[in-house]
Amino acid sequence: MALWFVFALMTAAAIFAVLWPLGRARSDAGGTEAAVYKDQLAEVGRDAAAGLIGSPEAEAARVEISRRLLAADDTERNIPVRTSPIFRRAVAVIALIGLPLMAVAFYLPLGSPRMPDFPLAERTRAPSASEPLDNLVAQVQAHLEKNPTDGRGWSVLAPVLAKLGRFDDAVTAFRNAITYNGDNAARRADLGEAMSAAAKGVITAEAKTEFERAVALDADEVKARYFLGVAAEQDGRAAEAASIWRAMLAKAPPDAPWRPLVQAALVRVGGPSLPALSDDTMASVQGMSADDRSAMVKGMVDRLATRLKQDGNDVEGWLRLVRAYMVLGDRDKAKSALTDARQAVGSDAGKLQQLNEGLKSFGLGG
Amino acid sequence: MIAEAGHYALVLALALALIQSTVPIVGARLRDPALMNVARSTALAQLLFVGLSFVALVTLHVTSDFSVANVFENSHSMKPLLYKITGVWGNHEGSMLLWVSILALFGGLVAAFGNNLPLSLRAHVLAVQGWIAAAFYLFILITSNPFLRIANPPIEGRDLNPVLQDIGLAVHPPMLYLGYVGFSISFSFAVAALIEGRIDAAWARWVRPWTLVAWIFLTLGIAMGSYWAYYELGWGGWWFWDPVENASLMPWLAGTALLHSAVVMEKRNALKVWTILLAILTFSLSLLGTFLVRSGVLTSVHAFATDPTRGVFILLILCLFIGGSLTLYMWRASALKQGGLFAPISREGALVLNNLFLTTACATVFIGTLYPLALEVLTGDKISVGAPFFNLTFGPLFVPLLLAVPFGPLLAWKRGDLAGVAQRLMAAGIAALVAIAMVWAWTSGGAALAPLAIGLAVFVIAGAVVDLVERTSLFRSPFATAMRRARGLPRSTWGTAFAHAGVGVALIGIVCETTWNSEYIGTMKPNDVARLAGYQLKLDDITQRQGPNFREMLAQFTVSRDGDKISVMTPSKRSFTTRGSSTTEAALLSRGASQLYISLGDTAADGGIAVRIYHKPLVLLIWFGPVLMAFGGLLSLSDRRLRVGAPKPAKIASKPPRALQPAE
Repeated sequence: MALWFVFALMTAAAIFAVLWPLGRARSDAGGTEAAVYKDQLAEVGRDAAAGLIGSPEAEAARVEISRRLLAADDTERNIPVRTSPIFRRAVAVIALIGLPLMAVAFYLPLGSPRMPDFPLAERTRAPSASEPLDNLVAQVQAHLEKNPTDGRGWSVLAPVLAKLGRFDDAVTAFRNAITYNGDNAARRADLGEAMSAAAKGVITAEAKTEFERAVALDADEVKARYFLGVAAEQDGRAAEAASIWRAMLAKAPPDAPWRPLVQAALVRVGGPSLPALSDDTMASVQGMSADDRSAMVKGMVDRLATRLKQDGNDVEGWLRLVRAYMVLGDRDKAKSALTDARQAVGSDAGKLQQLNEGLKSFGLGG
Repeated sequence: MIAEAGHYALVLALALALIQSTVPIVGARLRDPALMNVARSTALAQLLFVGLSFVALVTLHVTSDFSVANVFENSHSMKPLLYKITGVWGNHEGSMLLWVSILALFGGLVAAFGNNLPLSLRAHVLAVQGWIAAAFYLFILITSNPFLRIANPPIEGRDLNPVLQDIGLAVHPPMLYLGYVGFSISFSFAVAALIEGRIDAAWARWVRPWTLVAWIFLTLGIAMGSYWAYYELGWGGWWFWDPVENASLMPWLAGTALLHSAVVMEKRNALKVWTILLAILTFSLSLLGTFLVRSGVLTSVHAFATDPTRGVFILLILCLFIGGSLTLYMWRASALKQGGLFAPISREGALVLNNLFLTTACATVFIGTLYPLALEVLTGDKISVGAPFFNLTFGPLFVPLLLAVPFGPLLAWKRGDLAGVAQRLMAAGIAALVAIAMVWAWTSGGAALAPLAIGLAVFVIAGAVVDLVERTSLFRSPFATAMRRARGLPRSTWGTAFAHAGVGVALIGIVCETTWNSEYIGTMKPNDVARLAGYQLKLDDITQRQGPNFREMLAQFTVSRDGDKISVMTPSKRSFTTRGSSTTEAALLSRGASQLYISLGDTAADGGIAVRIYHKPLVLLIWFGPVLMAFGGLLSLSDRRLRVGAPKPAKIASKPPRALQPAE
């Protein structure tokens, strides 16, 4: 809207520029040739007085200039000044109607009035969700095509690719980062993570090798150790996984950001008795804000639900999930979890019995 | 909004230009002052809107708004601010916008400061300006619109062309354009005079400042372009007879001729028809230059544009304006009153001679530039007309011209006394002979022509000095009187002297550089020493350095003479990895007006590096000369006095005292 207002103002200014001289009753007459020759005569006088030219030359010059002066006076006197109201009105109409019409007729097919400006500063401050990141990635990739040995470029690009979900590209990028920017534990761990992400969360043998290399480079590499735990869990060695994670928690500083994640994992493999949780977690949970705490709890619950969807034989797990939903006040989710649980264990009569027993105390009914 | 407002402002400027090109002419026919004055207000409004449009484009470049195609293609967010701004005219669309902005600026200046012009002349002049402007607005909007948008703006621009990121190239195009476009005013005045069918000495008085301004900027623009090529391209050459350079030289030659013939017209009311023709030709050559550079018919370092529709469009504009104005000239010129008469030996005669040589020189450049193009169009053969052709044709034309230069200002108007002038130039001639003898003795052998050419240059410079001495009667009257007379001399006289001396100074530079230029080309390893023109240049070492967006290979040379260390020079070679291009940064060391010049070549496998070292004696004079010429032009421009060429009476009753000279 503001744009159209500006356009209107500009058009008005342009029209005014045409109308203004038409409306003026008297306009300046302009200079004359005679004035120039009169000035020249005066100049000859000055030069002669200053001794720059001799008097014969000055006289000859005066004669010549006077002749021009007379001729100019003649022609100029022959010019009468007239006013032609019809033409003035015609020009006014052209200005008022023709000019805006022409401007619009030219502008509309060429311009893009609906398009706002995109100064770079504003765009980087508020990146829109869709295209800019893709563009940036494409550019960095183009740059790296020309300079494939730019290790720093690969290091910057790889995590972005992983975040965009392009895990296969990310694996290549991390590999190149390691080749050209030096090997270290963090990069190996990232590589392994990208590999397992590419395999839809499964820690493949290849990924596991990377995590092991990372731990070999730096025994305290958190990410690699966590994923080694996950690998153990996925291989069905829950105890080994739990011991890895307990060891991590034991060594971890109390404010480590990854604590809740590992604790949740531990809960996942450690069954209902949660010895590690009570001490360490409670300590950290007390230090958390209400939001963080509920976020952490929700995260734990979600992970439990995900796991149970994959492996529904764990009756204790189901009971814990339903209880958790009840505690969180989400009756609907609790009910749906219950239905899921019944379906999952439905074939096993003993387990169904166990489930029903446990549910009685929740008061959910049938 | 900025982009669209800029775009709309350009469209409005077109609409105003169309009104400006018609209404005032109707007004002049009807003798209605109000309609004629529409020219003035529309010219000013047009300047306002083009200015807005240009400012909008600069803003878009500075804020890196890549939704504008022009910004996306020619800018990059990592460019330094200065090059973001200068990048506006480093590309085709932006430079055309600059072109029309300058055109509108000149039109606006005529509208604002043309109070002394008769109403109908001003109306006609501005209307002709309106035609030119309208044609170029259409060209920009239709074929090279800088405000077109991209629907999905990319996040980063494309261009970081390292060669264009240079201060010389940033300043040189606007200078050249001020020159090119400035001649449009002379053109408009000429066409207006043809339309009105009336032309007088007053016309020359009114057109004088505009021609001078254009000439000054063109002189400086050419000199700056030449210096840029000298230090940035790394070949050590300063003039290549490249078509783009020729395209700027042709309007300069014609413009110089115009400047001189307009003097005759203003002072003596003679050469009127010829001056009109020169004004038309000068701007036509400017248009031709624009066409050559902007259409992409040339492929040289300067050519950016390659779109054929553009070329055809500019060619149409070219035919329309050149053809149209020349037709008008043929039709109306015979109706113009002929001016005053003069004897062949007179100031007027000398200026006619000057015009003849300058226009012939211009014609040779024209042929040398366009013949290869025409041949390529007709037969498909690609030939290049290079320095040998121009040296053979251009040089011989300039020698008699320069010989005549000192005579011109000393001759009297209407009837001159050649013997008397020769007598007065005796001192200059002696100075020239002494210079020839000295140079001959000093160089003993070598090029036989060089000492003569230097003698010619000295003659031109000494001639300018003699002119001043004569006018102030420095050695004949007491010193105080001479000083008083020097103060009383019109500034245009000083301007003439400076400009003429500038030609001589430039000639000395050119002759010295081309004749005694010595070079060393070879592969050097660290601690090697090259000997050149009495200097020892030791390559200390070669180092690598990381710049902001390039890697640089620096070579450090210690320059010494007779064992005394003088200075350190560090030429370098930069490679820009993002674009995969490299530039040569030559190192220059000025010793007086002479320069040492080192540029690096490729590295050899064994660690050596190809090096070109030049010693260029007095090379700086090549550019100092034009600066002096431009200064002379400026002096002349600042002289707002009326000019009268007092004729020498045919019969002299009593012999006038020798001290009395014709006035300037």
